[in-house]
Amino acid sequence: MTTQTTTRRSSLPPPVRIPPGKRRTADKVSRWQIYVPLGLYLLFTLIPFYWMLVFAFRPRGSSSLLPWPITFENFETVWTDLGFAIFFQNSLMVGVASLVGTTVVALAGGYALARYKFRGRNVFMVAMLCTQFIPGAMMLIPLFEIFRTLGLVNTLWSLVIAETVFQLPLSLILISGFIKNIPMELEEAAWVDGCTRLRAFFTVVLPMLRPALVAVGSFAFIHSWNNFLFALMFVSDQEKFTVPVGLAYTLGEFSVDFGALAAGGVVAAVPVVLVFAFIQRYLVQGMSAGAVKG
Amino acid sequence: MAIAQASRIRRGRRPGHRSRAPYLLIAPAVIAMIGFLVYPMASVIYYSLQHYNVTKPWENGFAGLDNFTRLLFEDPLFWQSLGFSVKWVVVEVVLQLLLGLALALIVNESFIGRAFSRAMVFSPWAVSGVLTTGIWLLLYNSQAGVPRYLADLGLMDYGASPLANTDTVFAAAVLAELWRGVPFFAILLLADLQTISGDLYEAASVDGATRIRRFVHITLPHLKDAIILSTLLRAVWEFNNVDLLYTLTGGGPAHQTTTLPLYVATTAAQSHDFGYGSALTTAAFVILTFFSVAYLRLSKFGAR
Repeated sequence: MTTQTTTRRSSLPPPVRIPPGKRRTADKVSRWQIYVPLGLYLLFTLIPFYWMLVFAFRPRGSSSLLPWPITFENFETVWTDLGFAIFFQNSLMVGVASLVGTTVVALAGGYALARYKFRGRNVFMVAMLCTQFIPGAMMLIPLFEIFRTLGLVNTLWSLVIAETVFQLPLSLILISGFIKNIPMELEEAAWVDGCTRLRAFFTVVLPMLRPALVAVGSFAFIHSWNNFLFALMFVSDQEKFTVPVGLAYTLGEFSVDFGALAAGGVVAAVPVVLVFAFIQRYLVQGMSAGAVKG
Repeated sequence: MAIAQASRIRRGRRPGHRSRAPYLLIAPAVIAMIGFLVYPMASVIYYSLQHYNVTKPWENGFAGLDNFTRLLFEDPLFWQSLGFSVKWVVVEVVLQLLLGLALALIVNESFIGRAFSRAMVFSPWAVSGVLTTGIWLLLYNSQAGVPRYLADLGLMDYGASPLANTDTVFAAAVLAELWRGVPFFAILLLADLQTISGDLYEAASVDGATRIRRFVHITLPHLKDAIILSTLLRAVWEFNNVDLLYTLTGGGPAHQTTTLPLYVATTAAQSHDFGYGSALTTAAFVILTFFSVAYLRLSKFGAR
């Protein structure tokens, strides 16, 4: 018997006890059936992370499999000499700006898609799905020309715009799916109480959108933090590099300095892993509520 | 409800009434997407019909279908990279789906340490392609990575790296991409598993259905649409994504791991042949759209 049934059952009236017959004990999941495959998979997941930490924290030239004696010299190299302090700041600015841009634009558009019937709505939905097939790598040339015309090449704005636009379709679908699941009656009740449509949205709908907003916002941030190709092509000034570009240069130029590469990796990983640890509960919630069902 | 009904009418939702509100709300999204997605895509199609090379401006001009005939009949690398793309996508999506489904089923059970295990096994999802490359380069490196320790144990020769060997480079890249790709399926499928009512399983086990039968007759049909959608999204994503292969193998050795988008990126960046690069892009877009429509039709997405 699965655990879901046990937890769900608590809200039901006391169930009829089924005598524990052979067939029910026979197909019960044993602990080994969970822990052995899970343990193996955990090793596959965690060994690469651990490997990076060992290289980042152990002294140069050491071949110890423990990060001991612990040292921060690799981080000093990466942070100050290789300029990761600046890359980190740039990535953070692009990430936060994309997060805000994506969330605000998708919230407005998602509300329109969920709550209004208007001409062009279906065309727009189909167009959004089609954009998913556009290869991002292949938009480099035309996007570069556009940003050049706008004078945005070699600025962080080009990254913010490109990231936001590429995140928009999925975010719109996710948020509008979520809003559709919120009963219209709740909003209408607020209107009856004298709220304007806008006020009703902020007091009734917005608080219920928390899981969707967390999902969309964190997608946007993580995606933008991780993006490599746009940052590589649109920005050439080293002062404006983002973390992945800096890391890629570390791969090339310092291929012998494994410590610096690993420390750079840790710097690149920490923010997204922290964000992820915080949101992963919401992520599963947010998905089950609407996204996949569309 | 009558009041709500009345207010709905008062607020301008009666049929025939056109409110400007939805257009204003959706305008920023539409403008952004037309300006930075639709227009660039249209210009790619336009350039695909042009000779357009920044380094050879004297040859620029209307090309008709020249770029496409060159692509279809004169460019073995197009077919080779397309073939590798298909192989890469199929292997990655199938393995990621199977492992992701198994993982979702496991962490959907209740056991001690579940929340922690979930956070751990999902975490590579948040890691970028470049960082994945960085980490796996450290693992694969012949002097400092796992091969060296295996050589110490006498299990391998010194100095061998899986990335340098043409027999193992594909498997090595697949493994690195699996590491960060499996959590995507695990998260999506777990989300969908949680929407299955426990009563169904209860009823089935009362009727004497075994675990396997319950999985085949309850779980799988419920997951069907989620599986179709996630495999499609992932296939498109794996097809288009170049970060990992670009940094891990650079498409080599000898173009062995060059996908179509990677080929385009290098065509544009190195030979500056934007016209031909655009034709390759258009071809990839057509292939992807055709594949996606066919996949949704053939898999009967949305039909129960």
